[in-house]
Amino acid sequence: MPSLSRPTLLIVPLMGFMVLTYVVPFLGVAAWSVTLPEPGLGQYQAALTDPLVLSVFLRTFRVCLVVTVITVGASYMVTLLWVRGTRMQRVLIEMCILIPFWISVLTRAFGWLALLSTKGILNTWAQNLGFLAEPLTMVRNEFGVVVGMVHFLIPFAAFPLASAMRAVDERALLAARGMGAGRTRVFAQVFVPMTAPGILGAGLVVFVFALGFFVTPAILGGGRSVMAAELIYLRIFQSPNWGLGAAISVILMVTVGGLLAVMMRRARPAAPR
Amino acid sequence: MKEIRAAEIGAEGIGKSFGSFAALTDVSLTIGRGEFLTLLGPSGSGKTTFLMILAGFEAATCGRLRLDGADMTHTPAEARAFGMVFQGYALFPHMTVEENIAFPLKVQRRSGAEVKRRVAEMVEMVGLGGHGHKRPSGLSGGQQQRVALARALAYDPPVLLLDEPFSALDKNLRGQMQDEVRRLHRDLGTTFVFVTHDQTEALALSSRVAIFNHGVLQQIAPPKEVYERPANRFVAEFLGTINILPLTGVTSGSDGASGVFEGQTLRMAASLGAPTATFALRPEYMALHAGALPDRNSIPATLVDLTYQGAETQLALKTPGGVGLTLSQPTAALPGSLAPGAQVWVTWFADRGIFL
Repeated sequence: MPSLSRPTLLIVPLMGFMVLTYVVPFLGVAAWSVTLPEPGLGQYQAALTDPLVLSVFLRTFRVCLVVTVITVGASYMVTLLWVRGTRMQRVLIEMCILIPFWISVLTRAFGWLALLSTKGILNTWAQNLGFLAEPLTMVRNEFGVVVGMVHFLIPFAAFPLASAMRAVDERALLAARGMGAGRTRVFAQVFVPMTAPGILGAGLVVFVFALGFFVTPAILGGGRSVMAAELIYLRIFQSPNWGLGAAISVILMVTVGGLLAVMMRRARPAAPR
Repeated sequence: MKEIRAAEIGAEGIGKSFGSFAALTDVSLTIGRGEFLTLLGPSGSGKTTFLMILAGFEAATCGRLRLDGADMTHTPAEARAFGMVFQGYALFPHMTVEENIAFPLKVQRRSGAEVKRRVAEMVEMVGLGGHGHKRPSGLSGGQQQRVALARALAYDPPVLLLDEPFSALDKNLRGQMQDEVRRLHRDLGTTFVFVTHDQTEALALSSRVAIFNHGVLQQIAPPKEVYERPANRFVAEFLGTINILPLTGVTSGSDGASGVFEGQTLRMAASLGAPTATFALRPEYMALHAGALPDRNSIPATLVDLTYQGAETQLALKTPGGVGLTLSQPTAALPGSLAPGAQVWVTWFADRGIFL
């Protein structure tokens, strides 16, 4: 029997905590999905044939995909300045990334509501200044959800991107310039590909995180663009159909797990062959 | 082979300051067409800064640079397009060996067929046949440096700049790579500028060596000359061990100079140049004898220590006046009975050594 070294023993309490607070409850939920209201896979069949559930899943994936692309793209630009900018730019960006990071997701969602709603700050100003005749609908739809989610998720993409950018060997960039490559080519053909693992990692973190978003879509979507997490909540707390809610949870969980497995495997072949 | 595209580089009064720190002061030199120039110096001597200014990655604070006579002081690095080889290889990890080598050719918009032909040619030239489809991470350090060389030379750059390219390699591999670089230089005829802090490497590779210290160019001359006729004490000591003998009563005549060291009169041939009070001599030019020899300079000394180094043995001695001497002798020529404490005479011919 392999003996456990001391550092390994140190993570036992954490693992115990995770099992107790995540694994056990999830197994309970999984049990509900096949026992409520009666034993069998009926709830899965119901979930996968219910047009409402399917449309919510479709919307969730679409919104998350859009959010991931925008977040990683925006974060790449911000992080580039954070890692390679002047001292002043670095400090400024650090503040812009970290301060929102410390503010509750709820507060931030209401902040966006105050900014974007029909009678909100942006619409009022735009109308007063004569830019708009009619207020723009920027919340209670997917636009609002995307804005709120992107804002929340940018730091989560910035950290993996920053570590990938810091790992880029400056001399490889110099070598490329030395061989006659202009800045655009160095950026597109050397810098970006060298940070590709970071882009992939950031995308994965953001996408998986986005799939489980609850507060932001609930507030900025205003019940009109319901996403998977909110649907589960509704099925369990409002129309007490625990079995169906549990089945949707398990489907979401399996999807995320499968996605992670595929992406992890795809990230490998960069290693030596 | 094709025509040689080697260029001549001129530097006039190049200076570089970082704030109040002068990294380079008034460096002027000409790097000839097809020359192999080594920039040698301790770390912080300004040699790398000078290379970065030649490459165009750093701007000189003052002075001018010329490429084949035309001013290139403000030409950006990508327009100079000198090949670069770095210590850390600086390969593109996401590209295969062939893609790495093809990169500069694609930058120059060569045709697909030519890129293919040239890449195959370069892969063969650096002896990496069969490794073309591997990524850099799958290659050894020496192989990666070969790829870097092939990539930098693929597009026939007018100048190849090498920044301590072999410092990270072990001794045997470094020797192989030095041979490789010398062969490439001979075959291609391109102008090479090579930065190193390893004096043996500098002496072995270059057609001329430029020695830097504290941002000032100390001497630029062929290897034999910088080693045997160093311009000053720094150059003399940086290029290897050297014995320094303080002289008194120095006089000079038509047949050479003479001076007194600890009561012994020493004669120096006229070829050693204008006499000064500091005489310097490399360890390998001195020999050990049981007594003074009439046809040579001889001084008495006590053997302090022997360091066995295989083919050579290094001897530490002390003169009666307390001056330390270092001798390097073929081990086979030393008597086996030699031990610390032995009283010996150190001798050398009058045409050896240099006044500093």
